[in-house]
Amino acid sequence: MKIDIKVPSAGESVSEATVSRIIKASGSTVKTDEEILELETDKVNQVVYAPGAGKLTLNVKVDDVVAVGSVIGSVDTEAKGEAAPAPAPVPKKEAASPPPPPAPTAEKSARKMPSDFVAEMKAPAPPTPAPAAEPTPKAGERKRMSKLRKTIAERLVAVKNTTAMLTTFNEVDMSNIMAIRAREQENFVKRYGIKLGFMSFFVKACAAALKEFPAVNSMIDGDEILTFSTYDIGVAVSTDRGLLVPVLRGCDKKSFGDVEKDIAAFAQKARSGSISIDDLQGGSFTITNGGVFGSLLSTPILNPPQAAILGMHNIVKRAVVENDQIVIRPMMYLALSYDHRLIDGRESVLFLVHLKRNLEDPTRLLLDL
Amino acid sequence: MMYDVAVIGSGPGGYVAAIRCAQLGLKTICVEKDPALGGTCLNVGCIPSKALLHSTELYDKLRHEAAANGVISGSLSFDIVKIMERKGQIVKGFNEGITWLFKKNKIDSLTGLAALTSPTSFTVGGKEITAKQIILATGSEPITLPFLPIDEKRIVTSTGALSLPSVPKRMLVIGAGIIGVELGSVYSRLGSQVVFVEFLDRICPTLDGSIARAFQEILQKQGLTFHLSTKVTSASGTTLTVEHEGASRTLEADVVLVSIGRRPYTKGLGLEKVGIKPTDRGFIPINGRFQTSVPTIYAIGDVVDGPMLAHKASEEGIAVAEIIAGQNPSIEYMAIPSVVYTDPEVAAVGLTEEEAKKMGLDIKVGTFPFKANSRAKCTGEDKGMVKIIADSATDRLLGMHILGAKASELIAEGCVAIQKKATVLDIAHTPHAHPTLSEAVKEAALDVHKRAIHK
Repeated sequence: MKIDIKVPSAGESVSEATVSRIIKASGSTVKTDEEILELETDKVNQVVYAPGAGKLTLNVKVDDVVAVGSVIGSVDTEAKGEAAPAPAPVPKKEAASPPPPPAPTAEKSARKMPSDFVAEMKAPAPPTPAPAAEPTPKAGERKRMSKLRKTIAERLVAVKNTTAMLTTFNEVDMSNIMAIRAREQENFVKRYGIKLGFMSFFVKACAAALKEFPAVNSMIDGDEILTFSTYDIGVAVSTDRGLLVPVLRGCDKKSFGDVEKDIAAFAQKARSGSISIDDLQGGSFTITNGGVFGSLLSTPILNPPQAAILGMHNIVKRAVVENDQIVIRPMMYLALSYDHRLIDGRESVLFLVHLKRNLEDPTRLLLDL
Repeated sequence: MMYDVAVIGSGPGGYVAAIRCAQLGLKTICVEKDPALGGTCLNVGCIPSKALLHSTELYDKLRHEAAANGVISGSLSFDIVKIMERKGQIVKGFNEGITWLFKKNKIDSLTGLAALTSPTSFTVGGKEITAKQIILATGSEPITLPFLPIDEKRIVTSTGALSLPSVPKRMLVIGAGIIGVELGSVYSRLGSQVVFVEFLDRICPTLDGSIARAFQEILQKQGLTFHLSTKVTSASGTTLTVEHEGASRTLEADVVLVSIGRRPYTKGLGLEKVGIKPTDRGFIPINGRFQTSVPTIYAIGDVVDGPMLAHKASEEGIAVAEIIAGQNPSIEYMAIPSVVYTDPEVAAVGLTEEEAKKMGLDIKVGTFPFKANSRAKCTGEDKGMVKIIADSATDRLLGMHILGAKASELIAEGCVAIQKKATVLDIAHTPHAHPTLSEAVKEAALDVHKRAIHK
């Protein structure tokens, strides 16, 4: 008996997929539920499993674009396959991707140990700077744009073309948050089994500010404005296939521990490639942290159809004036990009000020001020 | 008055930190428990031992090599009192040098034992000192054995061994580490019968294995005796009972030198008062910015982890000062060399062959003997070799190990190469003057690629 292999549905809006990797070659013997090939859609990657045991026939090759529901091969349960020709060794999925970006730290270690020396030596060489002005530009490597990259490209241009995006800035003195983290880190880790990072403060402060300024927690839907009743905040996670934005739901009701644990779980899923479309859909607001890579200041771009996005940056010790004294404080610039069609300048500025106050004095979060 | 920085300890970590702080415009005080500045290194460590090693090496060379070089001397003898006096003069000169440097940099200095009272204050003999930041640089002290009470006359640590009033006939050295073989060499050259008792199955455990074996052979030819894999089980005065593979025997001596290592020194510092908890081995835990668990208190040098070396402490002293001043320094620990000042010397930087293999690195090794080096032949210093360890994939220099004359000076090339992450071919392609000992380094680098010319 022959069992057809069909392209599975990968979520409502996905109609086609690209074959990104053949795991079992056509003609080989497969067991039920064995991994056959990998499909790439504009949202996630998906593995197709053998629907039965027998000889595998595939009528697609890598980079073929296939429609959802179409037949791409079959498994003959009566015929015997060749003694499984070993597929070319393929790098393991994203589990073997580069290590996660360093945790946000304001200051780097001054102690470079021999183990660091060796690790740095083993790491792939950093991209060499472009050679000095050659008379004619030479073409380097050429490769297909991935589905994900193409979607990102289209969406970014669409945002620029269809919204009235503006960015407003403020800055936050991180002293108190850093002090709380230093003071309570041990207790927090004991209680929740995870480190207290900066992100939970920002998620909680954003949830509070979104409550205060509902326009920021809204979207334009045709001729109507839809204001969300829940506070579902997307947190951007960088992977080697591009940026993914898993959504933390009901942030106003989550504890700091919940937020930290959820983010860690999402980051793990995003990097191992096991994140699902449900994890990525339906946020009402987004936080992106360019600070982990060292960004001082940037203008984040909206994550449609959301109306606003907060950009965090790195923490830098700066001289600031406090009570007419110049003092050193760990400062972070904040950037709020917003859709001016929906959010007025006043609201966006007050949103950031609200955020700033709560971050500089997190006890306000406790008192719901 | 509130200081910007108070440094506790004036050794090569502390005094250097104090000077760098002052250079960076910080109001600084340095507190030292001993009347003389300079810590272990200057007073009872590196400096006096090098003075003794030089005097005795000169004597030894004249005795053994003068005739072969056509130099005819009358009867040769030495005066231990004079040797010790010379050593004392050198130390005193440096003590005064630090005092002068402190004055020049407007650093206050205070004699007495500091006891912490808060994250920003401590007392010295009842006087309270307050500072925004405190640097702990209290150093280390020799480890002793419970059944061998140190009197620094007949049963001595390195401190006593640097000031013996006469040359002992028989000297037993417990621990064949760097300090042991240096001081053992001093007295061996002056005629002592020097016998080592070492618990491990090799000498100088931090050295590369093949280098240590070759080194041991040379020392044995000089008359030093090594009992390896041997444990001291008890002692009665200067008579030791030792055990080797289950068999006991006694060894007698006139002076016993206990040189089994050093431990961090924090006695009376009041760490518990401010909530700093040392590790089981007594080290003060710090983060990557030298901060202890109390953010205003930093620690450097022998009281923190890492090799107990004066230059390591100095590097950390400079770095911590710059961190306090808001800069972003960094130290490449891989590039910190270590040296044994015997004759010949031994110097090393980076990983040993054993360490590299333990880290799972795929390595290439190149060696070059000084026997094939023209300068070494001219000076009669042709013992030993250069050994270079490289990463196979990247050709990066991972380790340089030199057994031979002036190894302490030659190793600097390896330090620069590791600090700058140079490859072995970078060294091999660098012109080296002829005839010099440094050509052996170039040849060893070439040998990594099987291209040595004179081998």
